[in-house]
Amino acid sequence: MSSAAAAPESFSPMSRYLLEARGVRKRFGSTEVLKGVDLLVEPGKLVFLIGPSGSGKSTLLRCCNRLEEPDGGSIIMDNVDLLSPRTDINAARRQIGMVFQSFNLYPHLTVQKNITLALRKVAGMSTADANARAAEMLALVGLPDKAAAYPTQLSGGQQQRIGIARSLALNPKIILMDEPTSALDPELVGSVLAVVKDLRDRGITMVIASHEMNFAREAADQVVFLDGGLVIEQGSAEDIFLRPQEERTKRFLAQIRH
Amino acid sequence: MEQFTQEFFNLDVMTKVAPFLLQGLLQTLLLCSFLIPIGLVSGILVMLLTTSPYRLLRWPAIVAVDFFRAFPPLVLLVFVYAGLPFIGLRVPALVAVAVAFLINSASYYGEIYRAGMVSVPKGQREAARSTGLSATQTLLYVTLPQAIRNVLPDLLSNTVELVKLTTLASVISVPELLHSANLARSLTYNSSPLILAAIIYLLLLLPVVRLIARLEHRL
Repeated sequence: MSSAAAAPESFSPMSRYLLEARGVRKRFGSTEVLKGVDLLVEPGKLVFLIGPSGSGKSTLLRCCNRLEEPDGGSIIMDNVDLLSPRTDINAARRQIGMVFQSFNLYPHLTVQKNITLALRKVAGMSTADANARAAEMLALVGLPDKAAAYPTQLSGGQQQRIGIARSLALNPKIILMDEPTSALDPELVGSVLAVVKDLRDRGITMVIASHEMNFAREAADQVVFLDGGLVIEQGSAEDIFLRPQEERTKRFLAQIRH
Repeated sequence: MEQFTQEFFNLDVMTKVAPFLLQGLLQTLLLCSFLIPIGLVSGILVMLLTTSPYRLLRWPAIVAVDFFRAFPPLVLLVFVYAGLPFIGLRVPALVAVAVAFLINSASYYGEIYRAGMVSVPKGQREAARSTGLSATQTLLYVTLPQAIRNVLPDLLSNTVELVKLTTLASVISVPELLHSANLARSLTYNSSPLILAAIIYLLLLLPVVRLIARLEHRL
């Protein structure tokens, strides 16, 4: 990874990275949340962002689909320059799934309509096709009988699995997950992580900001440790969890083990 | 007591003027049939202006909304009706009513919609945009339906107020229900027509008021 980080800030049309964010900066008022962050994701990989709260994990993810506008840097997604004014951001976002900490399911719509809304309005599918796709996604997340339910009738774990199904339905190139299990009761976390594991085994590229260290250790291809708006250290799960090099990484890992 | 009943609850008078008042009721219903849709739609437009991210749109809209919420609607109506001819526009009374009510009720409905939009968590918009929905699609399919659901009792309450406010049209001689009742009162030298009009308004609006109470209970 270190050689890639030193590469010049140009992007070749044949980048080996699906997501190539370089030097991303973001400031909220007087607080600089991201101070020039690189995030390089190869296709098919599961990347974990870890770090204390306020380290910039969420902001980095949200910059990657421009829910936040970065103040500087470049973000290339599948050879599309996301920050170019000429890029159709709505079209680009179809390729970038997002899963939220608080699920953000539409409470006024059934589970089926939650999943099919973008299929019908953005992807232009017929209602019949969209419903079939929704059924497929619901089966995949293990909730085949919930199409007619409303989000409030579901547990948090079920809601998050619907959230994953909703983003997955558009067949995105990558899925960004912002603390997908942080709002869940402990006994519901496993069902969501099982779905993530399944997606990983299907070769779906994911970037997950999370505190689920045990899961990161067994499932992540790459772990990125952020602190104070900077990438402090990154490497394989083994590198980071068993052989952390940086003092701040060691301190963070020691803290969360308690 | 006998005199009181004769003055206010005279059944003979009521029976005699009932057909005349029903014509007034038709006129009131006609007014409502375009004033309510105008208010509901223009309120959404006003909300879009007062919540716009562009200051040049937002601030004039907020000033105008504040002004017209504080401005007496009766004066507004007379001003529109009697004032427009001075700039060369002679408009029928019904058009003057439509314009005055548009200005007035758009402000009120607009503020209700705005409260509704504020009550929708911003994660809803983010979820919608993250799936590629445009800003307009997000408004139409995700945020506005939730906003309306959240403020439905307030929208209905304001609509009840609007129906009662149509009585103002009587001052520029639109023959709506109150105007008819008042005319009947002066012709019969008896106040019973006014009471009959009140009863008609009650029959019209009580079910709605009851519905609002139930909706508020549900929320």
